[in-house]
Amino acid sequence: MLTADDKKMIQQTWDKVSGHAEAVGEEALWRLFITYPQTKTYFPHFDLTRGSEQVRSHGKKVVNALTNAIKNMDNLSQALSELSNLHAYNLRVDPVNFKLLSQCFQVVLAVNLGKDYTPEVHAAFDKFLSAVAAVLAEKYR
Amino acid sequence: MVHWTAEEKQLITSVWGKVNVEECGAEALARLLIVYPWTQRFFSSFGNLSSPTAIIGNPKVRAHGRKVLTSFGEAVKNLDNIKTTFSKLSELHCEKLHVDPENFRLLGDILIIVLASHFARDFTPACQFAWQKLVGVVAHALARKYH
Repeated sequence: MLTADDKKMIQQTWDKVSGHAEAVGEEALWRLFITYPQTKTYFPHFDLTRGSEQVRSHGKKVVNALTNAIKNMDNLSQALSELSNLHAYNLRVDPVNFKLLSQCFQVVLAVNLGKDYTPEVHAAFDKFLSAVAAVLAEKYR
Repeated sequence: MVHWTAEEKQLITSVWGKVNVEECGAEALARLLIVYPWTQRFFSSFGNLSSPTAIIGNPKVRAHGRKVLTSFGEAVKNLDNIKTTFSKLSELHCEKLHVDPENFRLLGDILIIVLASHFARDFTPACQFAWQKLVGVVAHALARKYH
């Protein structure tokens, strides 16, 4: 459960980085592919070199989905319903990968925010991203 | 046995050379207790862990965080021999402390984020890869003597 304080911190933190949404998304995906090379198996059709058009546009897509989730923190299931369908019935990405991407997103936030990625913000984001992951996996079976 | 490339070893030792063990150790343990509060079950003797501020200011958390990261440093010094290096510590965590090894993985992930916030752009994707590999190997070594 996200508390009112959690929601506020998530919103404020996101406001600081969402101005460069594309860069943040691209970096998170790039770190995912480098740190956990097995995740590249889901993107055989992508040009996975750094800064490729496909990685950038997919990164942007992921960030936009998170922005949408943050706007609808009280109703994640509904806000992410289509995305949840897509992952359960179409993409069939093993849910463990949501955790790996969450870790990479948090590294990107920590790199960008430094000391401002405080333990409280860290805890709030970790909770939020695991709630998003749970919604994305809720229709798998 | 885990294989390390020369580049991975270099990335690990160069970052480690800049780590303030006291600061980062205290911060990593505090964040573990804050972000994953169920890990507090092992620290009932530590006194006040009732809020993030209490955890960050708790001298026992600081001291233990330093101890944990100092011990982690043994892995950096013995990259080719991590299993043997942590064999006694693994026995201790299994037999005496009864720590679920999942906690080693959580602390490893937290340590990565602490390093990222300290070193910012210098914590490159290649660095993250090498360090994520290292914390995984350490967690595995610590879980190895469980039976």
